[in-house]
Parts: sequence; structure tokens; C-alpha cells
Amino acid sequence: MATIKDGVDFLASRLRQIGIFLALIVIIALFQVLTGGSLLQPANVTNIVVQNSYILILAIGMVMIIIAGHIDLSVGSVAAFVGAMSGVMITQWGWPWWAAIVGGLVVGALVGAWQGFWVAYVGIPAFIVTLAGMLLFRGLTQMVLGGQQITPFPTEYRQLGGGFVFPELFPAASSPLEWITVGLGVIATVLLVSQQVRARAHRVKLGLEDEPMAWFLIKLVFLGGIILAITFLLASFRGTPIVLVVLGVLIVVYTAVMNRSVFGRHVYARGGNQHAAELSGINVKKVDFYLFVNMGVLAALAGLVFTGRLNSAGPGAGNLFELDAIAAAFIGGAAVSGGIGTVIGAITGGLIMGVLNNGMSLMGIGTDAQQFIKGLVLLLAVAFDVWNKRRNRG
Amino acid sequence: MAHTILEMRDITKTFPGVKALQNVNLQVQRGEVLAICGENGAGKSTLMKVLSGVYPHGTYEGDIVFENEVMSFSGIRDSEKSGVVIIHQELALSPYLSIAENIFLGNEQATRGFIDWDKTNLEASKLLARVGLKENPITPVSQIGVGKQQLVEIAKALSKDVKLLILDEPTAALNDEDSAHLLDLISHLRGQGITSIIISHKLNEIKAIADKVTIIRDGRTIETLDLRKDDISEERIIKGMVGRDLESRYPDRTPAIGEEVLRVEDWTVHHPEDSSRVVVDAANLNVRAGEVVGIAGLMGAGRTELAMSIFGRSYGKGITGKLYKNGTEIRAHSVKEAIDHGLAYATEDRKQYGLNLIEDIKRNISMAALGKLAKGGFVDAGRETVVANDYRKSMNIKAPNVEALTGKLSGGNQQKVVLSKWMFSDPDVLILDEPTRGIDVGAKYEIYTIINKLASEGKAIIVISSELPELLGICDRIYTLSEGRITADVPIAEANPEVLMQYMTKEKD
Repeated sequence: MATIKDGVDFLASRLRQIGIFLALIVIIALFQVLTGGSLLQPANVTNIVVQNSYILILAIGMVMIIIAGHIDLSVGSVAAFVGAMSGVMITQWGWPWWAAIVGGLVVGALVGAWQGFWVAYVGIPAFIVTLAGMLLFRGLTQMVLGGQQITPFPTEYRQLGGGFVFPELFPAASSPLEWITVGLGVIATVLLVSQQVRARAHRVKLGLEDEPMAWFLIKLVFLGGIILAITFLLASFRGTPIVLVVLGVLIVVYTAVMNRSVFGRHVYARGGNQHAAELSGINVKKVDFYLFVNMGVLAALAGLVFTGRLNSAGPGAGNLFELDAIAAAFIGGAAVSGGIGTVIGAITGGLIMGVLNNGMSLMGIGTDAQQFIKGLVLLLAVAFDVWNKRRNRG
Repeated sequence: MAHTILEMRDITKTFPGVKALQNVNLQVQRGEVLAICGENGAGKSTLMKVLSGVYPHGTYEGDIVFENEVMSFSGIRDSEKSGVVIIHQELALSPYLSIAENIFLGNEQATRGFIDWDKTNLEASKLLARVGLKENPITPVSQIGVGKQQLVEIAKALSKDVKLLILDEPTAALNDEDSAHLLDLISHLRGQGITSIIISHKLNEIKAIADKVTIIRDGRTIETLDLRKDDISEERIIKGMVGRDLESRYPDRTPAIGEEVLRVEDWTVHHPEDSSRVVVDAANLNVRAGEVVGIAGLMGAGRTELAMSIFGRSYGKGITGKLYKNGTEIRAHSVKEAIDHGLAYATEDRKQYGLNLIEDIKRNISMAALGKLAKGGFVDAGRETVVANDYRKSMNIKAPNVEALTGKLSGGNQQKVVLSKWMFSDPDVLILDEPTRGIDVGAKYEIYTIINKLASEGKAIIVISSELPELLGICDRIYTLSEGRITADVPIAEANPEVLMQYMTKEKD
């Protein structure tokens, strides 16, 4: 009896952790039914990934900023500015496409350093600094562009936003499945399983493993299954979008940084209690500064992806991106007061927004109703989180 | 003829999985001061929350009889209407409102919805006179000290025609002078027929002011001692609280003192906002391996400021002076540098400055020395758990595992997490600022034992404390601090409270 009760308790505790993923699955299932199966069509899955990639990139940086107890309202403007600058580098300065990409990332880092300087070393609240940044960089974008759009961009540059991995090696027509994608999917699955098995072995060796074997296996099968399912869907269409590979690498790297690196721990410590962090020898100013530099680089990357996808850099690009990224972080469980949040949560939150957008568009729901529903989802998600925490506190 | 104003009968309060209170019985006579004693977690605060309606009628079993009537309070406002007012440890004043506005907050002096400011300020000054606070009622609360804020809280209670005043740890944050004034005031109010219940850890205060003391242990009332009739010693009260005799409140130690580890020379610190104010004035002190050195001083003498300025200049501006570690001068201009030189500072304010309360035990313990667990910038989470578990066991931190959030632990266990954090950073010099503040007697003994163990390992230890008996009980040597100056260096053999107090109050010549 005791073991059954323990099992139930264990599941209950885990369900709280994975609630957000269940919500995503429920929403996917819901729209799959409501759209009569259109949602999970291979072409549409590819579309969801590409369409939301830049928001997801922003959400990674944003959740880190929020964990540290700050906010960044400027990312949409920064993305637009970097897109415009890269356009200028190519069309006016005659730089090659790769130099424009590197240059764009450097511009992003400088913008981040600018904002980080005001937040960390002058001590102005990030809300104000980035509100100013939102106006500053929107204005700079328009000045750089001189009110014009820059278009078109070189084909190579555009691959970042809309390209696929080695499409010419295996043209879609030659086979029902695109084998590069299948290969990538299998490699990703093998890496995931081996990493999980090794981590478990390490914990067992130290005598720390408290996770039942059954749950571990269910988790592995589930995660592996999801990766393979997405692989299959992508391989049935045009293959792996390049931006998905970029995003996958970012998620893995930043999850490791936030969970396991000294820097990531300092971010959580800083957001949880700034004074305690300072008195533990953590250089809080440095942490803040580099967080904003990092956000600048990620905003730049998002800007490059977006510009490549649209094949143009315009003065209005990236409008309201910041709000989608902030919403993704909060839906994904980040705390308004800082100290709490995860990269994978923010990605899930971003996907929930993305699937909602896409599903409602497929159903022909107007943008007015879409905004209304998204607002409601954000409010309810955070309300649920607050309620859940209060209940746990007793 | 005294008669019973309050009786709590068979109060039982259950939280999911825990019986916080079990058949608690309590009686208070009109016009007396009742003290409630018990270790942290014994159920004192829960009992007061039941009494004041924070836990409304129906969420507990048993009866509250107030002025011969069974009460069923539905909330704080309800209990206040009957004349039961609770003043919490953390004061509930709005810092930017004036004293008068705070006194009448929620009870505004208004006619037809508009506030009558003359009446508000006039009534407030009458109330301030009653509590003996000489301040203009229009002064913002943030501009007066904690001791005076406490008096404003009492004035606020008086404005509500209080019959039963409950004070939760009223002197915990006060200096001796303010404490004495507050205790006087409570006696004075007793003369006016106001009954008080005081929750306190400070046994000398209880002895000084209370008529009776009711002892609570593990959610039950153990006994009520009448302090007016019998000569009850502090040891007798402690015995009731912990359920056993403490042969001594301080564990024995045979000091094994070695070479000098840290020396501070001509240390002067200025106030961070007002650089003309000298907070620490040319202080000289040293501490040797295996030695426990105390710093005694009244509130505002500059104890914490001295300690924090030494610890990587985490307090103050315009700092001059020299630090020597093992005889060579060191530079510790940041907390990081101080930690690298083997210094550690455990703060007096665990919640604000010591812990990340929304994080678990293991990540708090590793916070100051994460580098020791990291390779190539990445933390070995498994080893971190093992290390934290070792501390949980050796320090006797009461928690199911090291994944428990520190915000949910009791004060004593939180302090053990803070100490674990600094022990893991493996310092040579530990500065402990009020290491037993807000901690119950049993846990205090454990903390003293830990301090002794660290000293026997050859660490140099500096203890700052407001409680002189504590310093006399655990130190080898005590520095006294007055107005930022070190006024004496007293060997323990020559130290007693009178001598220390003399030096602590010594003014500038």
C-alpha cells in the first residue's frame, strides 16, 4: 500500500513540474481536433517552427533577464535596428553576407553593453533603461533606413530565416522522407538518451537517485518519441529548417548555462536575493551587465532571422516582439519578482503562444479575437501559477 | 478583584498533516501582563493568530471566551472591534505616511468621506502623549527609528480602544534603551486597565514585566507560572520550554589559542550617504587561531558596520586602515577578495542578507563557494547535493532533504544553513553577527556547540551580540564598542556585565 501511495505522491509532485508541458500538449490536441487535422500537417509544423523561431530566441534571453529580476522592453526595437544595420552593411558598405551576420551580432552586443551599463553600473531600473532603449533603437532604425525598406537580401543571408539543412543533397521529390532530417533526429535522440542515462548513473553512484526507474523510462520514451515525431513530420515536408538547428543548440546550451554553470547560478541567486548574493561574493553588477550583453546578442540574432525570413529590413520590424517574449517567459513559469524560471519553460510558453496563433489563424479566427484570447491565456497562466504557489505554501 | 478577561479553552488547530495546537488552555485576568514562552515552532504564533482572528472561527476547535462571551472572530477587523489588537514582530506601518496617518489607517477621522486633518493630528498627538512619544504627528514613519515605530503601533492600538494587547516579540529589534521604555509603557498601560499578552524570547524581560508566564511546548500548554508569588528563575522557565534541564546554557570549551590570524589597524569608516559621519573611528583589533572574540556595543555603536566594512568593504565609504592576515597586509576591496583571503561574515539579518529564501538548502549552502564544486565553469550538481547532505547531517538541519526551500525552515535551521554556507567556503576567520537572534533556546545551544567546534579546528571567530550573557558565555576576550570607537579589550576573566556596560557607554573624552 505504502508503495502505491508513494508512487501517487511522486507523480503528483512531478505533475506540478510538468504542468506547462501538459498544457502545451492539450492545446496542440485541441487545435488538432478543431482544425480537422491541419495543425500537425508537415508543412504547418515547419511553418510553426519558422514563424516562432525569433520569438523563442528572444524568450531565452528574456527569461534570464526576468530571473535576475529585470525586464527588457527594447528587444523588438533592437532586433529591428540590427536587421537594418545588417542591410546597410550589405547594400551600402558592400560587406559579404557572413560579415553582415557577424557584424549584426556585434552591434547587438554593443547595444546590450550600452543598456547593461546603465542598469548595472549607474543603477537605473531596467524598466526605464529599456523603455528608453525601445524608443532609442526604434528611432535609430528609422534614421539608418532613412524611411526606406532595404530589400532584397543575398540568398545565403536569407537561409538563416527560411533555409533548410542541405536541401540540394536530397531534393524532396526523390524520396518520401528527407534523410538528413531523419539522421539529425536520430542523432538528437541518441544524444538525449545517452546524456540522461549518464546523468542518472552519476546520481546513482553518489547515492542520490530518488526517481523511480519506471518514471525515468516513461520520461525517456516520451521525450524520444516527441523528437522522433517532429523529425518525421519535418522530414515529410522540406527537411530541417536551419533556424531549428540554431534554436536547438541555443536551448541545449542555455539550459546547461542556467542549470549548471556558475554564471547561471549567480543569475538565480541575484534574482532570489540580491543582498545575500552580494554578501556571498557574487559580483552582481557584472552578472547584470553580461545578462544585458547576452540579451543584445540574442535580440540581434532574432533580428537577423526575422530579416532573412521577410527578405527585407523595414522601420516597423520587430514591433511588439518584446511583449511576446515577456509573455512566453511568464507563461513558462517565471516569477515576476525574479529568482524563478527556466529556459525550457519559456520555450514551452512561447510555443503555447505560437500554437494558439497558428491554430486560430487556421480556423479563420480574426486577429482581434486572437489578441483577446492570448491576453486571457497570459493572465490565466500567471494566475494559476500564483494560486498554485499559495496553495503549496499552505 | 481581578476577573478573567480571556479564556481559551481546548484550542486545537490542525494544518494538513500537522497538529499545530492541541487542547491549549489559557487564562488571562483583567489588567495583568501574561507572557507566553516556548521554543520556535512551539505554536505561540499560531495560538495568537487563532485569538486575533487571522485563523477565523471554524478553522480551529475549542472556544475563545472574551469578557464572558464566546467569540467567533471572522477576521482581524472583527477581533479589533471587540478590543483585541495584535502587534506583529514585523511592524505593519506604511513608511511614507505620517505618524498620524498610520495611527488612523483604516479608521480615518473623516466627516462625510473627507478626512478631517486637524482632528487626525490632534487625536494623534494625544495618543502619542499617552505612549510617551515626543514626535510631531506629521513626521513620516520612515524618519523615526524602530523603537519609536513600535510606539506608534501601540498608539494605533490605543486608538481602537484596545482591551487586550498582544505583542509578538516586541523588543526583538530594539536596543536596550528603547526596550526599557517599551516595557515601562506596558506596565503603565496595565495601570490603566489594559491587559497585555507578550510573546518573548528574552527571559529577563519576562521576569521584569510579566505577572504570569504560560509555557507552550509542541503545541500544548505545559504550565503557567505565577511570577508574583514564587521566585521563579530563568532556568526554571527554560526547563519548561525545552522539557529538560539545561545544565548550562553554554557548552564547555577548553580554548587552544594559536597565532594571530587577523589584525585590523586604524580602521576608519564613513557613512555611505553622509561622508562627514564617522561610523567606525580608528578601530584596532585582532583575533587569533582558535580564539572566540566578542564585540559588545549598544545599538548604533557601529558593530555591524565594522564587521561589514572589514568583509570586503560591503559597508561604508572612505574606508582607511590596514588589514593583516597571518602577519602580511591584505587587500580586500570586494566581498570576493575577502572570501579569497579566508574571511567569512554571517549576517545579523538572515532573511534580508543571508539567504535566498526561494531557493533550496543545497544551493544556499554552495552559494559562497560555487567555484569549489565547478569544473570549467560548470557545477557538479551531484557533488553539490552530497556536500549539502553532509552539512544537513553534521549541523542537524531539520529538513526532509536538501531540496527543501530555506524560506520554509525555522529561524534556527535557517541560521544553520547560513553557517553551513560559510563553513563550506572554508574560511580562517568567521565573523558571526548576532548568530542566535530570533532563535529558540535549544537551537542556541546547538549554535554555540558549532562555534566551539569551529574554534577547536583552529578558526578565528568574532562574535557580535547584543546579549551580554551570550558573549560572556562563549568568548575568550571581548572588545567593547562605543560610538564607533573600541573602548576596551577585556579578557574573559575580568569581564562581567557591569564592566562591559561601563565601556559600552563610555563617551568621547
